Amino acid sequence: MSLGGFALVVLVLAIASYAAARMRAAAFGRADGARLHSRPVYHGTWAFVLALLPALLLVSVWSIIGGNIVASQTLAQLPEAARPAAGIARETFLGELRAVVDGTIAAAFDPNVAAAVPIYRQTQSQWTLLIGGLAILLALIGGGYAWMHSKADFRARTNVERIATILLAVASLVAILTTFGIVLSLLYESLEFFSRVSPLEFIFGTHWSPQTAIRSDQVGSTGAFGAVPLFWGTIFIGAVIAMLVAIPLGLMSAIYLTQYARPGARKVLKPLLEILAGVPTVVYGYFAALTVAPAVRDFAMSIGIAGASSESALAAGSVMGIMIIPFISSMADDSLSAVPGAMRDGSLAMGATPSETIKRVLVPAALPGIVGGVLLAVSRAIGETMIVVMAAGQAANLTANPLESVTTVTAQIVQLLTGDQEFDSAKTLSAFALGLVLFIVTLLLNIYALAVVKRYREAYE
Amino acid sequence: MSSAVPQDEQIGRGPTAWHSEAMRRRVRRRYARERRFRALGLLALTIAAGFLAFLLITIVSDGWRGFQRAEVAVEVDFDPARLGLSEADLQGPNAQAMLNRANFRALVRDAASEQYGSATMLSNGAWLSVRDEVRGDPELLGQTKRLWLVAAPYVDLLAKGHIDFDMPPERRGVSAEQISDYRQLRSADAVRLGFNSGFLRKANSTNSELAGVWGAFVGSVLTILVTLAISFPIGVMTAIYLEEYAPKNRVTDIIEVSINNLAAVPSIIFGLLGLAVFLNFFGMPRSAPVVGGLTLALMTLPVIVISARVALQSVPPSIKDAALGIGASRLQVITHHVLPVALPGILTGTIIGISRALGETAPLLLIGMRAFVSDIPGGVTQPATVLPVQIFLWSDEVGRGFVEKTSAAIMVLLAVLLAMNGVAIYLRNKFERRW
Repeated sequence: MSLGGFALVVLVLAIASYAAARMRAAAFGRADGARLHSRPVYHGTWAFVLALLPALLLVSVWSIIGGNIVASQTLAQLPEAARPAAGIARETFLGELRAVVDGTIAAAFDPNVAAAVPIYRQTQSQWTLLIGGLAILLALIGGGYAWMHSKADFRARTNVERIATILLAVASLVAILTTFGIVLSLLYESLEFFSRVSPLEFIFGTHWSPQTAIRSDQVGSTGAFGAVPLFWGTIFIGAVIAMLVAIPLGLMSAIYLTQYARPGARKVLKPLLEILAGVPTVVYGYFAALTVAPAVRDFAMSIGIAGASSESALAAGSVMGIMIIPFISSMADDSLSAVPGAMRDGSLAMGATPSETIKRVLVPAALPGIVGGVLLAVSRAIGETMIVVMAAGQAANLTANPLESVTTVTAQIVQLLTGDQEFDSAKTLSAFALGLVLFIVTLLLNIYALAVVKRYREAYE
Repeated sequence: MSSAVPQDEQIGRGPTAWHSEAMRRRVRRRYARERRFRALGLLALTIAAGFLAFLLITIVSDGWRGFQRAEVAVEVDFDPARLGLSEADLQGPNAQAMLNRANFRALVRDAASEQYGSATMLSNGAWLSVRDEVRGDPELLGQTKRLWLVAAPYVDLLAKGHIDFDMPPERRGVSAEQISDYRQLRSADAVRLGFNSGFLRKANSTNSELAGVWGAFVGSVLTILVTLAISFPIGVMTAIYLEEYAPKNRVTDIIEVSINNLAAVPSIIFGLLGLAVFLNFFGMPRSAPVVGGLTLALMTLPVIVISARVALQSVPPSIKDAALGIGASRLQVITHHVLPVALPGILTGTIIGISRALGETAPLLLIGMRAFVSDIPGGVTQPATVLPVQIFLWSDEVGRGFVEKTSAAIMVLLAVLLAMNGVAIYLRNKFERRW
């Protein structure tokens, strides 16, 4: 029987103990005429929880760590000569072994693996039997304990409530775990990277060519990891070109929507802008690469720039700017609406036209909120991946010419980590270092922007 | 007005001389500026909307051709001897295996060669549909039938009018022989443009005329199901805990801060997390929907938590107080009263988060869901790809047939997203209650 089968038995046992405990509690209520502290359904639920939770915990812990235990025991049972060396050889050996056991490949190529297959199967089934049996035992003990303890004055409801609270609290820990997971995995791999490449070279170096040669005696075998061209490309596309497109368009859209548009028009136009935000980025990327980039190149050719590249910062940045418009527009919309009506009315009453009121009163008053929104938009733009992967190119140029091809941090991460790679080369590890930089920068931008927006909101409350 | 300021009119000076020529000019200028500013606002909106329209028109005008394919009529003689297949084989228990062994490829090639001199106008995979024909109707064996078979890419290009005859011949992409072949087929009325049913029923292929999105679509569905199964319960539970239970302390603050920050982390960082933790640490299979779903679940979680908290906050306290007052426990208040009222809002937020996950590409590239998968995935641990990644992969293909396939796949993706958002808007409008 597989582990899943045992889990099913545990579930059946838990349901059975629910029914038994519930019936028993109901019988108390009828027989003694005593008042039950909790309704029978709580007695049942308590038994269900006691039967299910410990057994399920055991099974899920085993399903996470079990694979490694079985693998190492299998290897220990192999004769010394057949055992693979530690490291990559062990990983490939185990990978092949598991593939054969799962039936994804019909037969092993390595005779040692073929020899290990029956041992692995046997070890695995022994462990499954042990863990499964233990789980059933736990379920029986838990359910039986709850059943025996159900009395008229047993506070089942209190216990169930407490368990529910604990479960809810545990669920909310997932967010913390995710944050820790991100920070730890990025830090771990980045430290590994920085033990090979000096952090100073990474942050201040201006030459990026991560392609390391396979043999160490080849020319240029070490690769260069100066990330300045990537940082510049990211800022150039995400914070300069995209914002040049998005800020005027987004701000003017928000002004028109909040100050001029009739409610009916607003109802139609606002969702239209939101559709722009809902289009998947890969669609924008395809559009940028196939329609905008050739148009930009043709334009550059027509004004006499000969070597215009078909992948340009301008194409990627302007499409990204369009993508960001709804973002800026909705942040500006919120900030403008938060300005107290009295300020606007006062200005209008003094004889200022609506546009003068907007330019001299509303926008200056809403400026902190708008700036916060722009910063959030920048943090979103520099983390955007697909548009730059598809339209900005892979050449790490340090240039301020928007018609040339530049590359960004995100595009390089994708480039470095797709395709076949060995995991512990400086090339793949550098992607994690880039990820760490991206994570820190977006985090700081967000914290600062949110603080600005918050302070601004408080000023008018 | 004029009677109120007679003196100004006469004297024509001072800051409030409304009817002086200079003042009128100034007012006119200010009103003109006002109109210009207003027009500028409208222009910005028009540019944004125009871009959206341009994007959609470009994609639809490229993409609708992807739902069509050229087909060539071939008289196929299902000769049992040539196929190495007898009627008894098809009745027997091993019918499927015998069918798979039969030489349909040669049968189709010979049939086309007999009629048109060569078989180059047929797709490499044209024989597969002939085999399916026999599988569906074993009676065909020994008969002759005129079948419409998938054409080769060059026939497809010519039939759809993609070839520009003004271009020099060497840059057209099709040779002069291919053009004369096509004209011959055309005059024999043996070419037609049919609905490309394979596009919606098949998985990826290296041949553009055989490639379909169904495999990627199933991959997307599997991935999203995993995402939903993890992020929805955990997200709602987190929101309930934070809104209804959490004490005001350090731990709660950390939880809130990490949720807000996770919502702003670039999606590609989640891809790095998935690669480092799920693939390398836990050793889960590459390219599998289960890993993609887990990664996207972590990405979607903050969105669901935040929208669920808003929905829970909008439940009026009087409902909770009334339930508590008649003796309901906290859990009962939540499950019997708060959740049912807040559910439409929670579901709306969940659909929005899930539709964002459905369009996500970058993190899935990092965990290997860009593999070439020519089978329709049967489970969450089998290699699969998803619709956005399929679009990305096809956009990189050099074959000209893939351009319209990419746009057609985008149309499918946008249609799915539109449907999901439509459901979200419907839910919001139908169940939204103001207290």
